[in-house]
Amino acid sequence: MPEKKLQIALYWGAACGGCDVAVLDTNEFVIGVGFLVDIRLWPIAADGKYRDVEAMADGELDCTLFHGAIRNSENEHLAKLLRRKSKVLVALGSCAHLGGIPGLANQVTKQEILERVYLDNPSIEAGNRVVPLPSTRVDAGELEIPRFYRRVYRLDDVVPVDYYVPGCPPAPEQVKAALQALVNGTLPPARSVIGASNRTVCDDCRRRKEEKKVTRFHRPWEILQDPDRCLMEQGILCAGSATRSGCGVRCPDSGMPCRGCYGPAPNVIDQGAKFVSAVSSIVDSKDPREIERILGDIPDILGYAYRFGLPASLLQRSIR
Amino acid sequence: MGFEPRIVGFLCNWCSYTGADLAGTARIHYAPNVRVIRVMCSARVDPTFVVKALAEGADGVLICGCHPGDCHYSEGNYKAMRRFPLLGRLLRDYGIEEDRVRLEWVSASEGKRFAEIVDDMTERVRRLGPSRVKTLLEADRVER
Amino acid sequence: MAKKISIDPITRLEGHGKIAIFLDDAGGVEDCYFQIPELRGFERFVVGRPIEELPRIVTRICGVCPASHHMASAKAVDGCFGHQIAPLALKLRDLYYHAHYIHSHIAHFYALAAPDFVCGPDSDPATRNVLGVVAKVGLEIGGAVVRARAQAQKIQQIVGGRTTHLVWCLPGGVSKGIKKEELDAIRPMVDELYDFTQFSLKLFKDVVLGNPAYVDLILNGPYTLDVQQMGLVDENNAPNFYDGKVRVVDFQGNEICKYAPEEYTQNVAEHVEPWTYLKFPYLKKRGWKGFVEGIDSSIYCATPLARLNVADRMATPAAQEAYEEMFSTLGQKPCRALLAQHWARLVEMVFDAEMLRKYRDDPEITGDAFRVVPDRITGEGVGIVEAMRGTLTHHYTCDEKGVCTSANLIVGTTNNNAAIHMVTKKVAKAMIRPGAEPTQGILNMIEMAFRAFDPCFSCATHSLPGQMPLEVRIFKAGEPHREFRRGC
Repeated sequence: MPEKKLQIALYWGAACGGCDVAVLDTNEFVIGVGFLVDIRLWPIAADGKYRDVEAMADGELDCTLFHGAIRNSENEHLAKLLRRKSKVLVALGSCAHLGGIPGLANQVTKQEILERVYLDNPSIEAGNRVVPLPSTRVDAGELEIPRFYRRVYRLDDVVPVDYYVPGCPPAPEQVKAALQALVNGTLPPARSVIGASNRTVCDDCRRRKEEKKVTRFHRPWEILQDPDRCLMEQGILCAGSATRSGCGVRCPDSGMPCRGCYGPAPNVIDQGAKFVSAVSSIVDSKDPREIERILGDIPDILGYAYRFGLPASLLQRSIR
Repeated sequence: MGFEPRIVGFLCNWCSYTGADLAGTARIHYAPNVRVIRVMCSARVDPTFVVKALAEGADGVLICGCHPGDCHYSEGNYKAMRRFPLLGRLLRDYGIEEDRVRLEWVSASEGKRFAEIVDDMTERVRRLGPSRVKTLLEADRVER
Repeated sequence: MAKKISIDPITRLEGHGKIAIFLDDAGGVEDCYFQIPELRGFERFVVGRPIEELPRIVTRICGVCPASHHMASAKAVDGCFGHQIAPLALKLRDLYYHAHYIHSHIAHFYALAAPDFVCGPDSDPATRNVLGVVAKVGLEIGGAVVRARAQAQKIQQIVGGRTTHLVWCLPGGVSKGIKKEELDAIRPMVDELYDFTQFSLKLFKDVVLGNPAYVDLILNGPYTLDVQQMGLVDENNAPNFYDGKVRVVDFQGNEICKYAPEEYTQNVAEHVEPWTYLKFPYLKKRGWKGFVEGIDSSIYCATPLARLNVADRMATPAAQEAYEEMFSTLGQKPCRALLAQHWARLVEMVFDAEMLRKYRDDPEITGDAFRVVPDRITGEGVGIVEAMRGTLTHHYTCDEKGVCTSANLIVGTTNNNAAIHMVTKKVAKAMIRPGAEPTQGILNMIEMAFRAFDPCFSCATHSLPGQMPLEVRIFKAGEPHREFRRGC
């Protein structure tokens, strides 16, 4: 008697689809898994519609993998719908886990964004005063689009989440391990981060670490870097020491610094605060004016500290 | 109108906490708005503490340590000194005004100086008005 | 009030979207709207960031074509640094980009498009997907598809360090080159990929062109539009995905304009409708005329088919052969049969594979001069590449410290917003007949209209409005009486 197939959904909020590609990048594995499960909703690759989800019983889905942030009313609605219909809900990727790159919008106001996109930019139709509205009356009837929220939320802000798979996107090997655990029924205790280690990117980085004393910070293009030496020691900002590992150190291995997509290390409640601490600690000076000068080379500290996790920071968003 | 700022103060055990004590024993009158948390050294103040205090509704945060060169642990206050510029800029990126978070050096004998700092900071924060952080975060909260 | 059918969400594409179909009393289609419900605001929230960070932020506009944004962004940043760049970096970027194209075109053709043709447009939705395709074509072919795509990804990873969301381009060049042992690893993969591109063309001919019903659908079905065509070409008017000028040709083959990146605002503008968050680019000099076809239309397509439509030739021999065969079979150039885009994608894959071979065999490709240190910031740049889904424009300004002061993006799929809206309506009208309740198969055939464009609505909807400004005008007996405004 064949076991009932696992019922799975993969869905996205304010997303880029990179986490879907990470699933596809498990290659033959996902094809194999595909024959063991029923994929009831996966807009990028399959034809399930919202009404199919609405028709399900609560808990009918064994697992939903949700990537993307919560940006509008539709994202929130689907997060809640899928939470009801799913036994297990996984926040897949940085956006669902921490807010992600779209979370940088928490630094600006919705009015500023509105103006830039529809009213004041070099290519907008001259004299345009039209902006999209949640509801529009046309001759044939009513048209609706979701209401935009004034800020970005993580998945966890709108529904209880069972597991987090960090990364932008999560490394395919980690996605594979998570899917494998799901199919085998070997998921760890709920509310765990899965697909990441308990170390930092800095711990796992292969670059040579000597002594961290910096009298000048450099932007990545300002100097030719030593590809084998710690970037921070060369004065190039790298968030590796404040970032959870699991990605395989793929950015420093490409010659570029880490920007923190796997989120804070275990037990850290604010990743950016730790980053500020780390950067400040390598400044080689005791003179307040010189310290100011050295740190003055760094533009946009918020963007470095919270590149992927502004909504997950303790302050969450600008108060402007 | 009567807005009373609620300021969290992180005072290092050896110099600034003792200095604050002195303000009390010397019966100096000063604003009562700082809630003091004693830490062993200003280096103990993780930027996370400051951010958390603001997120939980503090209108301001005051950090006090020993004068440079006088740290009981010799270098701790330099660590605090190095963290402060970026922390301040980070908070300004969030829209939080500069006067709400302050780093000062107060020695064990500077009771009067501590009182003046508290009075000055309380007044500046009073002029800025209540911090909007907690109100906005509560208004943002979504029914789960 | 008309009865409304909602296809929500649309599926087998990248991004969010829905189709609203209004039926008249007889049950025919009165009107049809293609709506995009998503936005994020990249154009605003990249301001204030160091300009060299933008190439690794804007990749998150899209996880299927992140390299397109990375390259366009890198080119705009190059402009901000006075175009100081190592020549080897240009070759490396182009190499990476061709591998990226192959991965994306394979994913689209086999996973997103093929289910309609291999399983059938009105087959069971539960299996009308990539798994259904594998079940039909067999594990051997399914395995070959997975392997080819994995190889294209692997080449990208070896060359640029990462696949999705690469971090490789920076002012002056790229952050890593190709070592000799890395090239040795790539060497056999390139040949396998070339063979796979030929295999894909053959599969298309067997499965699609060998089926008279599909050929009829492509050539004679409602999936056609008489609108203009746009694509990036080199100095010989051959498609070049990384660099060149933007050529616009009308659907009868006459050149309308050919512009350099810096001239984009003179040639393209964006129109806004209140019922969708996605803007509608159009040919600026002709003005917005609404959703109309015709030789004077200001609507255009920027797609694989459009790229081949505006080209006079291909830059490589096997691709040239495939291009000639395609147009002679289709019987018209420019071809307006939108389903032929699936074919155009496969022709482009041949070009990509030939270019990979060319770079692989270039003795200078393993050099280490892949970066220079730029010494000036000039403050503005426009980078245009062909994303797999259409012409992609990134325009940045920065201050003297290299911090971004503005960004404007016109994204691949956005170019096609009007065309998609129009052809969806056309197909809906043709497929939904009065008296018959539309089946899921009919609704899927309406979805096939946008699917041919391989749309990427996460790309298209990079931008974000906030609280909606409201303007209310009250008329009394035809005369303006009162006006209210909120937030505008």
